[in-house]
Amino acid sequence: MMDMQSIKQLSDALSKKQISSVELTRHFLSSIETHNDQLKAFISVDEDRAIAQATQADKTLSKGNARALTGIPIAHKDLFCTEGLATTCGSKMLANFVPPYDATVVQKLDEVGAVTLGKTNLDEFAMGSSNENSYFGAVRNPWDTNCVPGGSSGGSAAAVAAGLCVAATGTDTGGSIRQPAAFCGITGIKPTYGRVSRLGMIAYASSLDQGGAMARSAEDCAFLLEAMSGFDAADSTSSDRAVEPYSEQLNHDIKGLRIGLPRQYFSADLDAKVRELLHNALHELERLGAVLVDIELKQAELAIPVYYIIAPAEASTNLSRYDGVRYGYRCEAPADLHDLYTRSRSEAFGEEVKKRILVGTYALSSGYYDAYYGQAQKARRLIAEDFQQAFKQVDLIAGPTAPGPAFALGSKTSDPVAMYLEDIYTLAVNLAGLPGLSMPAGFYDHRPIGLQLIGNHFDESRLLAAAHQYQTQTDWHTRKAPVFAGGAL
Amino acid sequence: MSWEVVIGLEVHLQLATESKIFSGSSTRFGAEPNTQASAVDLAMPGMLPVLNEQAVRYAVLFGLGIGAEIGQRSVFDRKNYFYPDLPKGYQISQFEQPIVGRGSFAVTLADGSTKTIGITRAHLEEDAGKSLHDAIPNASGIDLNRAGTPLLEIVSEPDIRSAEEAVAYLKTLHTLVTYLGISDGDMSQGSMRCDINLSLRKPGSTEFGTRTEIKNVNSFRFVERAIASEIERQSDILEEGGVIIQETRLYDAERDETRSMRSKEVANDYRYFPDPDLLPVELSDAYIAEIASTLPELPDAKKARFQAEYGLGEYDASALCDSQALAQFFELTTSRAKDPKLAANWILTDLLGQLNASGVKLQDAPIQPEQLGHLIERIKDNTLSSKMAKQVFEALWQGEAQGNVDQIIEARGLKQVSDSGALEALINEVVANNPEQVAQYQAADDGKRKKLIGFFVGQIMKASKGQANPQLVNQLLNKTLG
Repeated sequence: MMDMQSIKQLSDALSKKQISSVELTRHFLSSIETHNDQLKAFISVDEDRAIAQATQADKTLSKGNARALTGIPIAHKDLFCTEGLATTCGSKMLANFVPPYDATVVQKLDEVGAVTLGKTNLDEFAMGSSNENSYFGAVRNPWDTNCVPGGSSGGSAAAVAAGLCVAATGTDTGGSIRQPAAFCGITGIKPTYGRVSRLGMIAYASSLDQGGAMARSAEDCAFLLEAMSGFDAADSTSSDRAVEPYSEQLNHDIKGLRIGLPRQYFSADLDAKVRELLHNALHELERLGAVLVDIELKQAELAIPVYYIIAPAEASTNLSRYDGVRYGYRCEAPADLHDLYTRSRSEAFGEEVKKRILVGTYALSSGYYDAYYGQAQKARRLIAEDFQQAFKQVDLIAGPTAPGPAFALGSKTSDPVAMYLEDIYTLAVNLAGLPGLSMPAGFYDHRPIGLQLIGNHFDESRLLAAAHQYQTQTDWHTRKAPVFAGGAL
Repeated sequence: MSWEVVIGLEVHLQLATESKIFSGSSTRFGAEPNTQASAVDLAMPGMLPVLNEQAVRYAVLFGLGIGAEIGQRSVFDRKNYFYPDLPKGYQISQFEQPIVGRGSFAVTLADGSTKTIGITRAHLEEDAGKSLHDAIPNASGIDLNRAGTPLLEIVSEPDIRSAEEAVAYLKTLHTLVTYLGISDGDMSQGSMRCDINLSLRKPGSTEFGTRTEIKNVNSFRFVERAIASEIERQSDILEEGGVIIQETRLYDAERDETRSMRSKEVANDYRYFPDPDLLPVELSDAYIAEIASTLPELPDAKKARFQAEYGLGEYDASALCDSQALAQFFELTTSRAKDPKLAANWILTDLLGQLNASGVKLQDAPIQPEQLGHLIERIKDNTLSSKMAKQVFEALWQGEAQGNVDQIIEARGLKQVSDSGALEALINEVVANNPEQVAQYQAADDGKRKKLIGFFVGQIMKASKGQANPQLVNQLLNKTLG
């Protein structure tokens, strides 16, 4: 039973030749084969590439100069460009797009010898909180296949939760790593804006997008994140600050760690069952030495309106390049240039994408700019200052990742406001550029609930250490979903 | 009725960087279509811009060159519109916070007067690609080689009052940017393109009239003609009591008229907003000071120095300082020839004459400062008469004797005879052979003598096969003839 093992255990087994990377890779490929029709977690699987990488990893392992991720099968959210492998962004627009380059994240994980199994499903252009907005079909939650896995990194979350890969990359613009991690009972971390290069990561909202790690445990996330992170001269917003060895700092003492509980996140509106589960988790952290402090995040309610102006505004121009001229979808027999643009874009973008392009175009329009985009930028600064005030009192901030557990497919598709409220606890973190993590903290009936931890800029190490130490005392993250690959290797 | 013309110019100056403003692709002109377009230039998914620092340095250098405010914090914005030659669907430009703020420079007009033209701002932006309508049958092609080429858009105040002033402004700007080395200024390759904002108003009025914008005029001559024809068009309308429609127009050189673009593009709402892919550009005082230390001597300062240091007149100094290369040519020539006035004359008349006639560029001319300086030296030491010097100049231009002035003189037997003994013998011979003319000369008054002496000089030059030093011959003749 190696499918529940951690990266550390698998890496150890690979080094000791108890198993080869090729064997491990074949195991996951066959698990995908078995379960992907049901879960739709993967958009594409590249067996040849995976086996070739695993073979190479086995060579590296036999030479004895392997790294922690050498030979470990992972998956990439299908908005990280992969050279020679289709990168669709969950859209009809890019259904046939094969990039001639790798995203920096993909390149970095290749360099440490990780094996890429394939590309995971997502909401089209990362716009969504349920993974129902994918051109390639909705992903199912392995804990309850009638429920959504969360979004937009729903494919990655479901793949990890169902044992179809050891870990996966994700991206988080407003909660797209943390919320699906919470829904699928896994751990996910969105690092500080600028920590992970955005080069080759297809843009949704450039000032908010950030790549991150999704895996069963904080420890596994630490291995993945430290390999993904680092300065990239090709991304002007990337930070040149040295990357800390997260995996080596997991046991840094958390005694005396001050964890802030924002009144606004634990208000009367919060579901009682969720509140109870979170309190239990927080008490466990308290038992480990953390100190819980009540704090205020007065601007918390600004997050949704601000996000839903800034993100669509940036998206509306980021997506202008999909015009049917150079690559991607082009309509049949365009009558003229205008027809080429309108039909290519109308036929290939899904409803949610169109909605956000329209909202964003409106928010940036002359005469509305000051009232919407200009105001939103000011409010964004208030949100960021709000967090800085809080971090004068506390080291980390805790709260729910989402208002409740995974919801049924189709239950919120006709109510955009209800859908947007899914991200009420996660959006502010992106607006402030902070690192945030979600870890499993219990079950709401049979569905997982996540606890969110928020750190100050570049405090990933502290977030991961707190989560790791919690996970040494709890087993939520090792529970198996009903749909799980399983089987002995 | 006469109208006052109000003109403001927007110049798109291509900066002389090796690579594009946001990608590493080459900016070389004339390559095969799309061979200089990278994934960034093609706006492939996930690609990001990275600012070329050289473009920033050039912009700052320009700002310093016109004494403008330097934007210590400037911001790149996205200017959004759809067009096939604009791969991202937006152009990265600077809107609210440009890198160069207010400045000005003086231009000299034909009557010798100067006028200061204000600069509103100058900002960095990327060029678009171009559509190729003839390359593929029944289809349009797109060449993205030019997409992402760095441009500095220089916006003038509406201070210009005539076509003449507009051209003077552009020529001065052209001289300035080539001095600064920030652009090759080659208009034929589109390195300097001009948009003309023009309106008319009643003289004395302080309000501006409705303006039109004439886009993309790319030569001094066309600027002059476009302005003339637009003034005529607008004044015809106004005279008849009509109104000017604010619009974008194009100048058609073949018909010598401007016409409305009537493009949908005009009505665009560009939805400018700060580009989240690029950080604001923050320039420290030290950085600006470091760039300032690289500022070359600028045209006005050089002109003043040429007048003071070399004793040149305003006209010569100005003409030499028209281009940095020419000014340098002059200084190198003078350092050898030690005669600034003679050097200036030779350069401005003979050399420029040859360059203009042949179309050869100064740096490629077969006569370089070394040769011209040497030639002038030989005039000054009386080896050559000015007539002989012209022959040597001609020989040098033809590349004779690998440009060795002394060898040309030797080979052509052009040495001037300045030996008074030898000349006296010739004079005596001519005087002896022409008693009639001698008598005439001696009977004549001073006025007539001046004419008659030419006969003797001519005879002597003929006898010396043109080699006698004419000045010396004159002196000696005066003495001999009494």
